[in-house]
Amino acid sequence: MSDIDEGLRSELQRQGIWVTSMQELYNWGRKNSIWPLQFGLACCAIEMIATAASRYDIARFGGEVFRPSPRQADLMIVAGTVTKKMAPQIVRLYNQMPDPKYVISMGACAISGGPFKQGYNVLKGIDRYIPVDVYIPGCPPRPEALLHAFMELQRKIDEQKLTGPRKAEHLDPDQPSEFPVPAFGVHDLEPPANADVFRPMKIQRNQ
Amino acid sequence: MTPHSYLFIVIFLGVALLFPIMPLILAWMWRRVFQPPKPGAEKNATYECGVESLGEAQIQFRSQYYLYAIIFLIFDVEAVFLVPFAVAFTGLPIGAFVAILVFLLLLLEGLVWAWGKGCLNWAR
Repeated sequence: MSDIDEGLRSELQRQGIWVTSMQELYNWGRKNSIWPLQFGLACCAIEMIATAASRYDIARFGGEVFRPSPRQADLMIVAGTVTKKMAPQIVRLYNQMPDPKYVISMGACAISGGPFKQGYNVLKGIDRYIPVDVYIPGCPPRPEALLHAFMELQRKIDEQKLTGPRKAEHLDPDQPSEFPVPAFGVHDLEPPANADVFRPMKIQRNQ
Repeated sequence: MTPHSYLFIVIFLGVALLFPIMPLILAWMWRRVFQPPKPGAEKNATYECGVESLGEAQIQFRSQYYLYAIIFLIFDVEAVFLVPFAVAFTGLPIGAFVAILVFLLLLLEGLVWAWGKGCLNWAR
């Protein structure tokens, strides 16, 4: 599983011998067959559909197989405004996906609530409840942006370690695979954010 | 020397067994060595589009649906006869046309009878 010496590898390649490690083979297979979960929430979903269609063709990156069941999906593209009514369902769908699983937060709404942030019914970002791997800004982001996010996710998968102290989260028995589903409270979702997942940046002000 | 003529079936059987079993063994080994299983109440719950599933999936339907099913079946069979009739419509003699009309009228009469008996009202 150790990294192969690059010089030795290129030397062997010149002789027609291709050397790889289990980790590289595993990540290569995973990053080129990311199957997204088939669901869209708002206008970003239209851009996601365009990305999957022939003009932008996410199939070039191995992600064309949109699965209607979370059991077969690797990636959740949160495409659109997450209302507070919808948030528990999304967390539940995420929980029902098998490991390893990734989340792309697509568009301003899924990141922070976007233009509807002040709305009483809008969740201020899906990262309050589930861990997000890639954020794409935009309102909505163009298909190229989603493809870029897809490539960033592929890069992330490629860098994940199979063993050792810095191995990927889904290989660590201590890391949770499912997160608590928020309940409908009187005025807001209970709890309003999962403190284990949601760690917003603190603004430092000088007095 | 030619091999036994049934040898290919044995080879085929061996490959047919190995082909599905090998990935299962590899997946099992992968789980043991690298990826710890992480089952959970939510993860193993019944998938129902993200909504919590209510009750059992194996439920009984009320017997009132029986009448609807019968009436539906009559018109289902009617459609099976109507389609070839419509395709061959221009070449049909007058006798065949009358015959299909009688058939339609009989079915329509059956519907009127069922309606009159109150079969279309939802019985409680």
